[in-house]
Amino acid sequence: MAHDTAIETENQTAEQHDTWNGGESPFKASYGKLMMWYFLLSDAFTFAGFLIAYGSLRFSMNAWPVPDHVFSTLPFGGENAPLIFVTIMTFILIVSSVTVLRAVQEGHLENTNATVKWLVITVIGGAAFLGCQAWEWNNLIVQEGVTIYNNPFSSHLDEGKYITLVEAKANNPSLMQMEMDVTIHNGDAHTTESLPYLVDKDGNKYFEKVNHHYFHRHGDAVEGKLVGTTDGGKVEKGEGYLIAYSEGEYFPGVYQTAEGVVKTEEMGPKSFGTLFFFITGFHGLHVFSGLVMLIVMAMNTASGFYRSRNNGHEMVEKIGLYWHFVDLVWVFVFLAFYLL
Amino acid sequence: MAHSHGLSIEEQRKADIGIGVKGFIILLLITFGEVAVAIFGKGLLPGLVLRLIMIALSLYKAYYIVSIFMHLGGEVRSMAMSIVLPMLLLVWAVIAFLWQGEAVRDSRNYVNGNDPLKEKAPKAADDRLGIQKADDLPKNISFE
Repeated sequence: MAHDTAIETENQTAEQHDTWNGGESPFKASYGKLMMWYFLLSDAFTFAGFLIAYGSLRFSMNAWPVPDHVFSTLPFGGENAPLIFVTIMTFILIVSSVTVLRAVQEGHLENTNATVKWLVITVIGGAAFLGCQAWEWNNLIVQEGVTIYNNPFSSHLDEGKYITLVEAKANNPSLMQMEMDVTIHNGDAHTTESLPYLVDKDGNKYFEKVNHHYFHRHGDAVEGKLVGTTDGGKVEKGEGYLIAYSEGEYFPGVYQTAEGVVKTEEMGPKSFGTLFFFITGFHGLHVFSGLVMLIVMAMNTASGFYRSRNNGHEMVEKIGLYWHFVDLVWVFVFLAFYLL
Repeated sequence: MAHSHGLSIEEQRKADIGIGVKGFIILLLITFGEVAVAIFGKGLLPGLVLRLIMIALSLYKAYYIVSIFMHLGGEVRSMAMSIVLPMLLLVWAVIAFLWQGEAVRDSRNYVNGNDPLKEKAPKAADDRLGIQKADDLPKNISFE
Protein backbone atom coordinates (compact mmCIF):
# COMPACT_ATOMS: atom_id res chain seq x y z
CA MET A 1 0.00 0.00 0.00
CA ALA A 2 2.80 2.34 0.88
CA HIS A 3 4.31 1.66 -2.51
CA ASP A 4 0.99 2.47 -4.28
CA THR A 5 0.64 5.72 -2.39
CA ALA A 6 4.12 6.71 -3.45
CA ILE A 7 3.25 6.08 -7.11
CA GLU A 8 0.00 8.01 -6.80
CA THR A 9 1.77 11.03 -5.35
CA GLU A 10 4.29 10.85 -8.13
CA ASN A 11 1.49 10.67 -10.73
CA GLN A 12 -0.26 13.69 -9.28
CA THR A 13 2.92 15.70 -9.52
CA ALA A 14 3.39 14.50 -13.07
CA GLU A 15 -0.17 15.50 -13.95
CA GLN A 16 0.39 18.97 -12.68
CA HIS A 17 3.56 19.51 -14.63
CA ASP A 18 3.23 17.32 -17.70
CA THR A 19 -0.29 17.94 -19.02
CA TRP A 20 1.11 18.39 -22.51
CA ASN A 21 3.47 15.42 -22.17
CA GLY A 22 0.76 12.79 -21.69
CA GLY A 23 0.54 13.37 -17.96
CA GLU A 24 -3.28 13.60 -18.10
CA SER A 25 -5.74 11.05 -19.44
CA PRO A 26 -8.33 12.89 -21.58
CA PHE A 27 -10.55 9.78 -21.70
CA LYS A 28 -10.19 9.08 -17.96
CA ALA A 29 -9.65 5.42 -18.81
CA SER A 30 -6.57 3.28 -18.35
CA TYR A 31 -4.45 2.26 -21.32
CA GLY A 32 -5.50 -1.39 -21.01
CA LYS A 33 -9.22 -0.65 -20.94
CA LEU A 34 -8.96 1.73 -23.87
CA MET A 35 -7.05 -0.84 -25.93
CA MET A 36 -9.67 -3.48 -25.12
CA TRP A 37 -12.29 -1.11 -26.50
CA TYR A 38 -10.31 -0.52 -29.70
CA PHE A 39 -9.69 -4.24 -30.10
CA LEU A 40 -13.44 -4.78 -29.79
CA LEU A 41 -14.00 -2.06 -32.40
CA SER A 42 -11.74 -3.87 -34.87
CA ASP A 43 -13.35 -7.20 -34.00
CA ALA A 44 -16.76 -5.65 -34.64
CA PHE A 45 -15.59 -4.76 -38.15
CA THR A 46 -14.39 -8.32 -38.69
CA PHE A 47 -17.78 -9.74 -37.74
CA ALA A 48 -19.55 -7.03 -39.72
CA GLY A 49 -17.51 -8.06 -42.78
CA PHE A 50 -18.63 -11.68 -42.43
CA LEU A 51 -22.27 -10.78 -41.84
CA ILE A 52 -22.31 -8.31 -44.75
CA ALA A 53 -20.86 -11.00 -47.03
CA TYR A 54 -23.67 -13.29 -45.82
CA GLY A 55 -26.29 -10.62 -46.51
CA SER A 56 -24.86 -9.84 -49.93
CA LEU A 57 -24.94 -13.52 -50.97
CA ARG A 58 -28.43 -13.93 -49.54
CA PHE A 59 -29.71 -10.93 -51.49
CA SER A 60 -28.22 -12.44 -54.66
CA MET A 61 -30.28 -15.68 -54.38
CA ASN A 62 -33.90 -16.24 -55.38
CA ALA A 63 -34.44 -18.76 -52.60
CA TRP A 64 -32.88 -19.05 -49.16
CA PRO A 65 -33.42 -21.68 -46.47
CA VAL A 66 -36.27 -20.65 -44.17
CA PRO A 67 -34.86 -20.47 -40.61
CA ASP A 68 -38.12 -21.68 -38.97
CA HIS A 69 -37.62 -24.88 -40.93
CA VAL A 70 -33.84 -25.23 -40.64
CA PHE A 71 -33.71 -24.80 -36.88
CA SER A 72 -36.80 -26.67 -35.76
CA THR A 73 -35.39 -29.67 -33.90
CA LEU A 74 -34.65 -30.13 -30.23
CA PRO A 75 -32.39 -32.56 -28.35
CA PHE A 76 -33.88 -35.93 -27.41
CA GLY A 77 -35.88 -36.18 -30.60
CA GLY A 78 -37.99 -33.03 -30.33
CA GLU A 79 -39.30 -31.79 -33.67
CA ASN A 80 -41.44 -29.00 -35.11
CA ALA A 81 -40.18 -26.53 -32.52
CA PRO A 82 -38.97 -23.62 -34.63
CA LEU A 83 -36.32 -21.41 -33.01
CA ILE A 84 -36.96 -22.84 -29.54
CA PHE A 85 -33.48 -24.32 -29.08
CA VAL A 86 -31.70 -21.19 -30.27
CA THR A 87 -33.87 -19.10 -27.94
CA ILE A 88 -32.59 -21.27 -25.09
CA MET A 89 -29.01 -20.63 -26.29
CA THR A 90 -29.68 -16.88 -26.39
CA PHE A 91 -31.18 -17.04 -22.91
CA ILE A 92 -28.02 -18.77 -21.61
CA LEU A 93 -25.83 -16.07 -23.16
CA ILE A 94 -27.94 -13.24 -21.70
CA VAL A 95 -27.74 -14.85 -18.25
CA SER A 96 -23.95 -15.18 -18.53
CA SER A 97 -23.75 -11.55 -19.62
CA VAL A 98 -25.59 -10.49 -16.47
CA THR A 99 -23.45 -12.72 -14.23
CA VAL A 100 -20.22 -11.27 -15.64
CA LEU A 101 -21.70 -7.81 -15.00
CA ARG A 102 -22.15 -8.82 -11.38
CA ALA A 103 -18.52 -10.03 -11.25
CA VAL A 104 -17.29 -6.67 -12.55
CA GLN A 105 -19.49 -4.79 -10.07
CA GLU A 106 -18.28 -6.86 -7.11
CA GLY A 107 -14.72 -6.38 -8.37
CA HIS A 108 -15.20 -2.63 -8.14
CA LEU A 109 -16.27 -3.11 -4.53
CA GLU A 110 -13.05 -5.14 -3.99
CA ASN A 111 -15.17 -8.10 -2.91
CA THR A 112 -12.87 -10.91 -4.03
CA ASN A 113 -15.06 -13.88 -3.01
CA ALA A 114 -18.18 -12.62 -4.78
CA THR A 115 -16.15 -11.76 -7.89
CA VAL A 116 -14.80 -15.32 -8.08
CA LYS A 117 -18.30 -16.72 -7.51
CA TRP A 118 -19.85 -14.74 -10.37
CA LEU A 119 -16.91 -15.48 -12.69
CA VAL A 120 -17.31 -19.21 -12.09
CA ILE A 121 -21.06 -18.97 -12.78
CA THR A 122 -20.26 -17.12 -16.02
CA VAL A 123 -17.82 -19.88 -17.03
CA ILE A 124 -20.58 -22.45 -16.49
CA GLY A 125 -22.95 -20.37 -18.65
CA GLY A 126 -20.40 -20.03 -21.44
CA ALA A 127 -19.64 -23.75 -21.37
CA ALA A 128 -23.38 -24.50 -21.55
CA PHE A 129 -23.67 -22.27 -24.60
CA LEU A 130 -20.77 -24.04 -26.33
CA GLY A 131 -22.36 -27.39 -25.48
CA CYS A 132 -25.62 -26.28 -27.08
CA GLN A 133 -23.74 -25.12 -30.16
CA ALA A 134 -21.94 -28.45 -30.40
CA TRP A 135 -25.29 -30.25 -30.36
CA GLU A 136 -26.72 -27.90 -32.97
CA TRP A 137 -23.76 -28.41 -35.33
CA ASN A 138 -23.86 -32.16 -34.84
CA ASN A 139 -27.59 -32.20 -35.57
CA LEU A 140 -27.20 -30.13 -38.74
CA ILE A 141 -24.30 -32.21 -40.07
CA VAL A 142 -25.33 -35.73 -39.08
CA GLN A 143 -29.14 -35.59 -39.09
CA GLU A 144 -29.90 -32.96 -41.74
CA GLY A 145 -26.87 -33.37 -44.00
CA VAL A 146 -25.71 -29.75 -44.13
CA THR A 147 -22.03 -29.52 -45.02
CA ILE A 148 -19.69 -26.65 -45.86
CA TYR A 149 -20.00 -27.38 -49.58
CA ASN A 150 -23.67 -28.31 -49.93
CA ASN A 151 -26.93 -27.90 -48.15
CA PRO A 152 -30.32 -29.57 -48.53
CA PHE A 153 -32.40 -26.62 -47.34
CA SER A 154 -34.15 -24.38 -49.80
CA SER A 155 -37.55 -22.84 -50.38
CA HIS A 156 -40.12 -23.33 -53.12
CA LEU A 157 -39.97 -21.00 -56.10
CA ASP A 158 -43.31 -22.33 -57.43
CA GLU A 159 -46.69 -23.19 -56.03
CA GLY A 160 -47.82 -26.73 -56.63
CA LYS A 161 -48.20 -30.11 -54.98
CA TYR A 162 -46.05 -33.16 -54.38
CA ILE A 163 -46.96 -36.05 -56.72
CA THR A 164 -46.17 -39.74 -56.92
CA LEU A 165 -43.72 -41.17 -59.44
CA VAL A 166 -46.63 -42.76 -61.36
CA GLU A 167 -48.28 -39.35 -61.76
CA ALA A 168 -44.96 -37.79 -62.77
CA LYS A 169 -44.35 -40.51 -65.38
CA ALA A 170 -47.89 -40.09 -66.76
CA ASN A 171 -47.38 -36.33 -67.01
CA ASN A 172 -43.94 -36.56 -68.59
CA PRO A 173 -43.38 -39.94 -70.35
CA SER A 174 -39.80 -39.05 -71.31
CA LEU A 175 -38.69 -39.65 -67.70
CA MET A 176 -36.92 -42.99 -67.30
CA GLN A 177 -37.66 -45.21 -64.34
CA MET A 178 -34.72 -46.47 -62.26
CA GLU A 179 -34.18 -48.03 -58.86
CA MET A 180 -31.48 -47.77 -56.21
CA ASP A 181 -30.77 -49.59 -52.98
CA VAL A 182 -30.93 -47.41 -49.88
CA THR A 183 -30.11 -48.23 -46.29
CA ILE A 184 -32.79 -47.51 -43.70
CA HIS A 185 -31.41 -47.01 -40.18
CA ASN A 186 -33.72 -48.03 -37.39
CA GLY A 187 -31.94 -47.63 -34.12
CA ASP A 188 -28.86 -49.84 -34.34
CA ALA A 189 -30.36 -52.14 -36.96
CA HIS A 190 -30.47 -51.28 -40.61
CA THR A 191 -32.23 -52.78 -43.59
CA THR A 192 -31.87 -52.29 -47.32
CA GLU A 193 -34.83 -51.18 -49.40
CA SER A 194 -35.20 -50.60 -53.10
CA LEU A 195 -36.16 -47.00 -53.84
CA PRO A 196 -37.61 -46.21 -57.28
CA TYR A 197 -36.89 -42.88 -58.93
CA LEU A 198 -37.11 -41.14 -62.33
CA VAL A 199 -34.33 -39.61 -64.39
CA ASP A 200 -34.65 -37.02 -67.12
CA LYS A 201 -32.32 -36.67 -70.10
CA ASP A 202 -30.09 -34.23 -68.18
CA GLY A 203 -29.49 -36.78 -65.41
CA ASN A 204 -31.67 -34.99 -62.81
CA LYS A 205 -33.21 -37.43 -60.36
CA TYR A 206 -36.84 -37.24 -59.20
CA PHE A 207 -37.85 -38.97 -55.97
CA GLU A 208 -41.17 -39.22 -54.25
CA LYS A 209 -41.10 -36.63 -51.47
CA VAL A 210 -39.96 -38.40 -48.33
CA ASN A 211 -39.75 -37.15 -44.79
CA HIS A 212 -36.14 -36.17 -44.21
CA HIS A 213 -35.94 -38.50 -41.24
CA TYR A 214 -37.08 -41.43 -43.33
CA PHE A 215 -33.58 -42.83 -43.66
CA HIS A 216 -33.01 -42.50 -39.94
CA ARG A 217 -36.22 -43.77 -38.43
CA HIS A 218 -36.35 -43.01 -34.74
CA GLY A 219 -38.37 -45.95 -33.51
CA ASP A 220 -41.82 -45.79 -35.08
CA ALA A 221 -41.98 -42.01 -35.09
CA VAL A 222 -42.00 -41.78 -38.88
CA GLU A 223 -44.83 -43.62 -40.56
CA GLY A 224 -44.90 -44.05 -44.30
CA LYS A 225 -42.71 -42.51 -46.91
CA LEU A 226 -44.80 -39.74 -48.40
CA VAL A 227 -45.14 -36.47 -46.64
CA GLY A 228 -48.89 -36.80 -46.58
CA THR A 229 -49.56 -33.40 -45.14
CA THR A 230 -53.15 -32.53 -44.31
CA ASP A 231 -53.58 -30.41 -47.43
CA GLY A 232 -52.44 -33.17 -49.78
CA GLY A 233 -48.76 -32.25 -49.97
CA LYS A 234 -49.34 -28.79 -51.36
CA VAL A 235 -46.33 -26.49 -51.59
CA GLU A 236 -46.61 -22.76 -51.28
CA LYS A 237 -44.27 -20.34 -52.98
CA GLY A 238 -41.54 -19.30 -50.56
CA GLU A 239 -42.29 -22.15 -48.15
CA GLY A 240 -39.31 -23.95 -46.73
CA TYR A 241 -38.49 -27.57 -47.37
CA LEU A 242 -35.73 -30.00 -46.55
CA ILE A 243 -34.38 -32.46 -49.09
CA ALA A 244 -33.87 -35.92 -47.60
CA TYR A 245 -30.28 -37.01 -47.23
CA SER A 246 -28.52 -40.29 -46.61
CA GLU A 247 -24.92 -41.37 -46.96
CA GLY A 248 -23.79 -38.76 -49.45
CA GLU A 249 -26.96 -38.89 -51.57
CA TYR A 250 -29.73 -36.31 -51.63
CA PHE A 251 -33.30 -37.26 -52.57
CA PRO A 252 -35.04 -34.19 -54.03
CA GLY A 253 -38.81 -34.65 -54.18
CA VAL A 254 -40.88 -34.48 -57.36
CA TYR A 255 -43.75 -32.00 -57.54
CA GLN A 256 -46.10 -30.51 -60.09
CA THR A 257 -46.42 -26.77 -60.42
CA ALA A 258 -49.77 -25.02 -60.76
CA GLU A 259 -49.09 -24.83 -64.54
CA GLY A 260 -48.77 -28.62 -64.66
CA VAL A 261 -45.00 -28.83 -65.15
CA VAL A 262 -43.21 -31.67 -63.35
CA LYS A 263 -40.23 -30.34 -61.40
CA THR A 264 -37.81 -31.61 -58.83
CA GLU A 265 -36.88 -29.72 -55.69
CA GLU A 266 -33.80 -27.56 -56.13
CA MET A 267 -30.84 -27.85 -53.83
CA GLY A 268 -30.45 -24.78 -51.64
CA PRO A 269 -27.72 -22.16 -51.98
CA LYS A 270 -24.38 -23.93 -51.72
CA SER A 271 -22.86 -21.26 -49.49
CA PHE A 272 -25.46 -21.62 -46.72
CA GLY A 273 -23.55 -24.29 -44.81
CA THR A 274 -20.15 -22.66 -45.06
CA LEU A 275 -21.57 -19.28 -44.01
CA PHE A 276 -23.43 -20.78 -41.07
CA PHE A 277 -20.57 -22.92 -39.80
CA PHE A 278 -17.91 -20.27 -40.34
CA ILE A 279 -19.73 -17.34 -38.75
CA THR A 280 -21.25 -19.21 -35.81
CA GLY A 281 -17.92 -21.03 -35.49
CA PHE A 282 -16.01 -17.76 -35.33
CA HIS A 283 -18.42 -16.58 -32.66
CA GLY A 284 -17.99 -19.89 -30.85
CA LEU A 285 -14.21 -19.39 -30.99
CA HIS A 286 -14.72 -16.06 -29.24
CA VAL A 287 -16.85 -17.75 -26.60
CA PHE A 288 -14.13 -20.37 -26.11
CA SER A 289 -11.28 -17.86 -25.81
CA GLY A 290 -13.47 -15.78 -23.48
CA LEU A 291 -13.97 -18.88 -21.33
CA VAL A 292 -10.21 -19.47 -21.10
CA MET A 293 -9.66 -15.86 -20.04
CA LEU A 294 -12.55 -16.00 -17.54
CA ILE A 295 -10.98 -19.07 -15.94
CA VAL A 296 -7.62 -17.27 -15.69
CA MET A 297 -9.42 -14.24 -14.22
CA ALA A 298 -11.18 -16.43 -11.65
CA MET A 299 -7.91 -18.06 -10.57
CA ASN A 300 -6.00 -14.78 -10.37
CA THR A 301 -8.85 -13.12 -8.46
CA ALA A 302 -9.06 -16.03 -6.04
CA SER A 303 -5.33 -15.78 -5.35
CA GLY A 304 -5.75 -12.12 -4.38
CA PHE A 305 -3.51 -10.97 -7.23
CA TYR A 306 -5.98 -8.33 -8.50
CA ARG A 307 -7.00 -7.29 -4.98
CA SER A 308 -3.38 -6.35 -4.33
CA ARG A 309 -3.44 -3.99 -7.34
CA ASN A 310 -6.12 -1.99 -5.54
CA ASN A 311 -7.68 -0.73 -8.80
CA GLY A 312 -11.15 -2.23 -8.50
CA HIS A 313 -10.23 -5.50 -10.25
CA GLU A 314 -9.77 -3.70 -13.55
CA MET A 315 -8.61 -6.86 -15.34
CA VAL A 316 -12.00 -8.42 -14.57
CA GLU A 317 -13.65 -5.34 -16.04
CA LYS A 318 -11.63 -5.69 -19.29
CA ILE A 319 -12.59 -9.34 -19.72
CA GLY A 320 -16.14 -8.34 -18.80
CA LEU A 321 -16.08 -5.99 -21.80
CA TYR A 322 -14.93 -8.85 -24.02
CA TRP A 323 -17.66 -11.14 -22.74
CA HIS A 324 -20.38 -8.53 -23.26
CA PHE A 325 -19.05 -8.10 -26.78
CA VAL A 326 -19.51 -11.83 -27.43
CA ASP A 327 -23.15 -11.40 -26.37
CA LEU A 328 -23.41 -8.31 -28.58
CA VAL A 329 -22.17 -10.22 -31.64
CA TRP A 330 -24.67 -12.98 -30.92
CA VAL A 331 -27.48 -10.39 -31.14
CA PHE A 332 -26.58 -9.91 -34.81
CA VAL A 333 -25.76 -13.55 -35.59
CA PHE A 334 -29.14 -14.45 -34.08
CA LEU A 335 -30.81 -11.79 -36.23
CA ALA A 336 -29.11 -12.74 -39.49
CA PHE A 337 -29.30 -16.55 -39.29
CA TYR A 338 -32.34 -17.33 -37.16
CA LEU A 339 -34.81 -14.45 -37.23
CA LEU A 340 -34.75 -12.94 -40.71
CA MET B 1 -15.51 4.17 -9.55
CA ALA B 2 -17.57 2.41 -6.94
CA HIS B 3 -17.05 5.05 -4.32
CA SER B 4 -17.36 8.02 -6.62
CA HIS B 5 -21.09 8.49 -5.94
CA GLY B 6 -20.64 8.69 -2.20
CA LEU B 7 -22.69 5.52 -1.61
CA SER B 8 -21.89 2.98 1.04
CA ILE B 9 -20.86 -0.47 -0.21
CA GLU B 10 -24.27 -1.95 0.64
CA GLU B 11 -26.13 0.84 -1.18
CA GLN B 12 -23.81 0.48 -4.17
CA ARG B 13 -24.37 -3.28 -4.26
CA LYS B 14 -28.12 -2.79 -4.18
CA ALA B 15 -27.90 -0.33 -7.10
CA ASP B 16 -25.61 -2.78 -9.00
CA ILE B 17 -28.04 -5.66 -8.57
CA GLY B 18 -30.83 -3.38 -9.76
CA ILE B 19 -28.91 -2.64 -12.99
CA GLY B 20 -28.28 -6.36 -13.58
CA VAL B 21 -31.88 -7.45 -12.95
CA LYS B 22 -33.34 -4.63 -15.05
CA GLY B 23 -30.96 -5.41 -17.94
CA PHE B 24 -31.74 -9.12 -17.73
CA ILE B 25 -35.50 -8.52 -17.90
CA ILE B 26 -35.22 -6.03 -20.78
CA LEU B 27 -32.94 -8.23 -22.90
CA LEU B 28 -35.03 -11.32 -22.24
CA LEU B 29 -38.34 -9.64 -23.07
CA ILE B 30 -36.93 -8.18 -26.30
CA THR B 31 -35.56 -11.59 -27.32
CA PHE B 32 -38.92 -13.24 -26.65
CA GLY B 33 -40.55 -10.43 -28.63
CA GLU B 34 -38.24 -11.06 -31.58
CA VAL B 35 -38.88 -14.80 -31.58
CA ALA B 36 -42.63 -14.21 -31.27
CA VAL B 37 -42.52 -11.87 -34.28
CA ALA B 38 -40.50 -14.44 -36.25
CA ILE B 39 -42.82 -17.36 -35.46
CA PHE B 40 -46.28 -15.83 -35.17
CA GLY B 41 -45.90 -12.67 -37.25
CA LYS B 42 -46.13 -14.44 -40.62
CA GLY B 43 -49.35 -13.59 -42.37
CA LEU B 44 -50.30 -10.94 -39.87
CA LEU B 45 -48.06 -8.22 -41.25
CA PRO B 46 -46.10 -7.81 -44.50
CA GLY B 47 -42.68 -9.47 -44.44
CA LEU B 48 -40.84 -6.16 -44.77
CA VAL B 49 -42.55 -4.73 -41.68
CA LEU B 50 -41.71 -7.88 -39.68
CA ARG B 51 -38.07 -7.68 -40.74
CA LEU B 52 -37.84 -4.01 -39.83
CA ILE B 53 -39.37 -4.71 -36.41
CA MET B 54 -36.83 -7.47 -35.74
CA ILE B 55 -33.91 -5.31 -36.91
CA ALA B 56 -35.07 -2.40 -34.74
CA LEU B 57 -35.42 -4.66 -31.67
CA SER B 58 -31.94 -6.13 -32.28
CA LEU B 59 -30.40 -2.67 -32.63
CA TYR B 60 -32.01 -1.61 -29.36
CA LYS B 61 -30.58 -4.73 -27.67
CA ALA B 62 -27.13 -3.88 -29.05
CA TYR B 63 -27.47 -0.28 -27.82
CA TYR B 64 -28.51 -1.47 -24.38
CA ILE B 65 -25.62 -3.93 -24.02
CA VAL B 66 -23.02 -1.36 -25.14
CA SER B 67 -24.44 1.55 -23.21
CA ILE B 68 -25.40 -0.05 -19.90
CA PHE B 69 -23.62 -3.42 -19.58
CA MET B 70 -20.35 -2.26 -21.16
CA HIS B 71 -20.86 1.12 -19.48
CA LEU B 72 -19.89 3.10 -22.58
CA GLY B 73 -22.69 5.55 -21.81
CA GLY B 74 -20.88 6.42 -18.58
CA GLU B 75 -17.47 7.01 -20.14
CA VAL B 76 -16.09 10.35 -21.33
CA ARG B 77 -18.13 11.41 -24.34
CA SER B 78 -15.15 11.86 -26.65
CA MET B 79 -14.00 8.30 -25.84
CA ALA B 80 -17.45 6.90 -26.55
CA MET B 81 -17.55 8.78 -29.86
CA SER B 82 -14.10 7.48 -30.85
CA ILE B 83 -15.64 4.00 -30.70
CA VAL B 84 -19.16 4.66 -31.99
CA LEU B 85 -18.46 7.03 -34.90
CA PRO B 86 -16.22 4.61 -36.90
CA MET B 87 -19.21 2.25 -36.84
CA LEU B 88 -21.03 4.64 -39.17
CA LEU B 89 -18.84 3.27 -41.99
CA LEU B 90 -20.87 0.09 -41.68
CA VAL B 91 -24.02 1.95 -42.71
CA TRP B 92 -22.42 2.54 -46.10
CA ALA B 93 -21.07 -1.04 -46.26
CA VAL B 94 -24.46 -2.64 -45.54
CA ILE B 95 -26.29 -0.53 -48.13
CA ALA B 96 -23.61 -0.92 -50.83
CA PHE B 97 -23.15 -4.68 -50.56
CA LEU B 98 -26.80 -5.60 -50.18
CA TRP B 99 -27.68 -3.37 -53.12
CA GLN B 100 -25.03 -5.08 -55.25
CA GLY B 101 -26.25 -8.50 -54.09
CA GLU B 102 -29.73 -7.70 -55.35
CA ALA B 103 -28.30 -6.41 -58.64
CA VAL B 104 -26.47 -9.72 -59.07
CA ARG B 105 -29.74 -11.60 -58.57
CA ASP B 106 -31.57 -9.46 -61.11
CA SER B 107 -28.77 -9.92 -63.65
CA ARG B 108 -28.71 -13.68 -63.19
CA ASN B 109 -32.47 -13.93 -63.53
CA TYR B 110 -32.30 -11.87 -66.71
CA VAL B 111 -29.57 -14.08 -68.21
CA ASN B 112 -31.28 -17.33 -67.15
CA GLY B 113 -34.57 -16.13 -68.54
CA ASN B 114 -36.63 -16.57 -65.38
CA ASP B 115 -37.06 -12.89 -64.80
CA PRO B 116 -40.70 -12.35 -63.74
CA LEU B 117 -40.78 -9.06 -65.63
CA LYS B 118 -39.37 -10.51 -68.84
CA GLU B 119 -42.53 -12.02 -70.30
CA LYS B 120 -44.26 -8.68 -70.71
CA ALA B 121 -41.51 -6.11 -70.90
CA PRO B 122 -39.67 -7.01 -74.15
CA LYS B 123 -42.89 -7.49 -76.08
CA ALA B 124 -44.22 -4.14 -74.97
CA ALA B 125 -40.90 -2.57 -75.87
CA ASP B 126 -41.07 -4.14 -79.37
CA ASP B 127 -44.53 -2.69 -79.95
CA ARG B 128 -43.53 0.70 -78.74
CA LEU B 129 -40.43 0.87 -80.92
CA GLY B 130 -42.23 -0.61 -83.93
CA ILE B 131 -39.55 -3.30 -84.40
CA GLN B 132 -40.70 -6.14 -86.62
CA LYS B 133 -39.64 -9.71 -86.03
CA ALA B 134 -38.38 -11.86 -88.91
CA ASP B 135 -41.46 -14.13 -88.62
CA ASP B 136 -43.79 -11.20 -89.11
CA LEU B 137 -42.22 -10.08 -92.39
CA PRO B 138 -44.07 -10.96 -95.62
CA LYS B 139 -42.89 -14.33 -96.89
CA ASN B 140 -43.29 -13.74 -100.59
CA ILE B 141 -42.22 -10.56 -102.20
CA SER B 142 -42.56 -10.22 -105.93
CA PHE B 143 -41.63 -7.38 -108.14
CA GLU B 144 -43.82 -6.77 -111.11
